Amino acid sequence: MFTGFDFDVIQRSLPYLWQGMQFTLGLTLLAMASGIVLGTLLALMRLSGIKAMSVPAAGYVNLLRSTPAILVIFWFYFLVPIAIKHISGDSYAQGIGPFHSALIAFTMFEAAYYCEIIRAGIQSVPAGQVNAAYALGLNYWQATLQIVLPQAFRNMVPILLTQSIILFQDTSLVYVVGLTDFMGAASKVAQRDGRLVEMYLFAALVYFILCFIGSYFVKRLQQRITPPR
Amino acid sequence: MAMIEFKNVSKWYGKFQVLKDCTTNVEKGEVIVVCGPSGSGKSTLIKCVNGLEPFQQGELMVNGQSVGSKETNLPKLRAKIGMVFQNFELFPHMSVIANLNLAQVKVLGRSEAEATEKSRALLTRVGLIDHAPKFPGQLSGGQQQRVAIARALAMDPIAMLFDEPTSALDPEMINEVLDVMVELAQEGMTMMVVTHEMGFARKVANRVIFMDRGEIVDDASKDDFFGTTRSERVQLFLSKILHH
Repeated sequence: MFTGFDFDVIQRSLPYLWQGMQFTLGLTLLAMASGIVLGTLLALMRLSGIKAMSVPAAGYVNLLRSTPAILVIFWFYFLVPIAIKHISGDSYAQGIGPFHSALIAFTMFEAAYYCEIIRAGIQSVPAGQVNAAYALGLNYWQATLQIVLPQAFRNMVPILLTQSIILFQDTSLVYVVGLTDFMGAASKVAQRDGRLVEMYLFAALVYFILCFIGSYFVKRLQQRITPPR
Repeated sequence: MAMIEFKNVSKWYGKFQVLKDCTTNVEKGEVIVVCGPSGSGKSTLIKCVNGLEPFQQGELMVNGQSVGSKETNLPKLRAKIGMVFQNFELFPHMSVIANLNLAQVKVLGRSEAEATEKSRALLTRVGLIDHAPKFPGQLSGGQQQRVAIARALAMDPIAMLFDEPTSALDPEMINEVLDVMVELAQEGMTMMVVTHEMGFARKVANRVIFMDRGEIVDDASKDDFFGTTRSERVQLFLSKILHH
């Protein structure tokens, strides 16, 4: 059944594929960390009673959530250099490079999704907890950092991780700005050696295994986290 | 100067008026019980004292500071006024001792060691020192409420507010909480207590405030409140809650 296929190509290109995988994991973790930080700030802004905070945050989230990720990556790659040139007035100004523009694009894109998850998490913390924190003399930031966010994050870790698994898959889109992630590496080998079936099967298998393990871990975690009250 | 002074305080939720021209005061060392049917604005009234509920009209002075004024540093004022809630509101992600230490360290700037010493003394006082390392979820309701009282006392408050402290408790746990409150009252703590526990009122209250539909209907010394003939509304209320 497998006559004519050459699965050795996988073994031969493993070091190159591993480089790609390191890039994928690195980009995922960086975008996840900065996305969660930005998402938290956006969520706090959306929940703020001050219109000047909540309206822009809501606008940002709605805009980014109704835009394809690939478009956001393009924007950053092609528009940021133009913007930099325009602002600095230096027509030889360099862009920020494909990696940084991809990282910023994913951070901003994912932050919109993380924001909505975190907002729900914050709202799941009873108002009485905030009142109790204020009654003790804590200020807004102390109450938020010591009382609200720790409880909110505990409630939403599983769904944040699920979103991060989706981010892990989405990072394969960086091929559009010429970056070589795991998918890109597999793709290049496939086309160089004319081994499309083997390489794409292998890539699918790797993504499946990693995401499956991730999802399984999330499910276990979900069962372990009992409601705090 | 009264410790807490309400002058014509009014509050609206949209068009609905929850507090109507409330005027009363609480002297240092006084214990005031606030009672009345549900929805009468008792909880709202005491939550105004530490600014948890903003009000739109009137003036409210606490220890000489105007609560409604923009210049008042609310966190600073709140740190001086202890509050105990109906649902305890201990922080479930922190141990009992950490619940007591938190604001002492973050707000009063005490060292962790100083705070722990204070916390342990207070936990001993409410009879829960053995539970210090536990989490709130591992304690009974009565124990949680005693921890909540200790947490408020850890800030060395000048007055204490109690918002229906025994309403969420099983009947057999009510007394352990009331005992702590009675002791506190007898030590001279200034207290404003929203409660239906008339036994507590009889024992330690100086005055009883009766509220109905956002108004202070009756504000009388304990003996007058329970003794002489009161308004029909108060009598009806008392007959309803004293029967069981």
